[in-house]
Amino acid sequence: MTNPPPSEIRLSLPEVWLEQHGDALYRYAYFRINDAALAEDLVQDTLLAALQAQESFAGRAKERTWLIGILKHKLIDHLRKHSREQLMDTTPGSDQDFDALFKDDNWSHWRTPPSVWDNPSGALEQQQFWAVFSDCLGALPSRQAEAFTLCEIEGLDGNEACKVLGVTTSNVWVLLHRARLRLRECLENHWFDQGKGG
Amino acid sequence: MYTCKEATHLVLEKLERRLSWRERLGVRIHFMICDACARFEQQMQFLRKAARRYAERHQAEEQDTALTPGAKKRIRDKLRDA
Repeated sequence: MTNPPPSEIRLSLPEVWLEQHGDALYRYAYFRINDAALAEDLVQDTLLAALQAQESFAGRAKERTWLIGILKHKLIDHLRKHSREQLMDTTPGSDQDFDALFKDDNWSHWRTPPSVWDNPSGALEQQQFWAVFSDCLGALPSRQAEAFTLCEIEGLDGNEACKVLGVTTSNVWVLLHRARLRLRECLENHWFDQGKGG
Repeated sequence: MYTCKEATHLVLEKLERRLSWRERLGVRIHFMICDACARFEQQMQFLRKAARRYAERHQAEEQDTALTPGAKKRIRDKLRDA
């Protein structure tokens, strides 16, 4: 059952994988990292690794599942390496970004209170809003964008996101908090406060 | 009584964990006297809703995402060299 028919043996296996699963692998990677060149590299690394590990496959799983499994490891390796380079960005504790939003008085009031957003539900129906949303997401520092994408867009819970990002729960929370604050401000400045005059 | 800074921090925490009843009560009382923080909370809920909607839209577009012919060729060449 695990032996492919003779006609398939003559084809180069990795090329068949590329044809049959390349786009699916690419989508999987692209959706998680939002970087076309990097996604392409990861697909390539995955197929090369698969070539090395052919014997370990042995038809136990579906071919695509197996390849996605390898890709997942490549992706996690990449994010881990990335997170070591940028550990500074996730140090909890003194959070100057957050502190700077408030005055130093007794009630630590907002320096600039969140403005009144007009018709937010309506915004969700407008094409132009999504362009702004996408730009704001793209403008986040990469670690914050990754945390937000994993947790809020992909729906991973905090623990799963920690594993992917290779950081502790409190670090993920710090990243998420910063991402939320920045996104809020960005949407306010570039969408909700537009046309308010001034 | 929470300050704006504390209340805002809890609004953010609430998105990641369940607040204790004491915290929830404190935040609710703060909202009664502070429109800014109440707005902030609504905007965080909006952001969460928008992110979900964005995912749905993204998934619809996802089918169009594919390796470009150039990318495929580059990968194929690399595989032949391997």
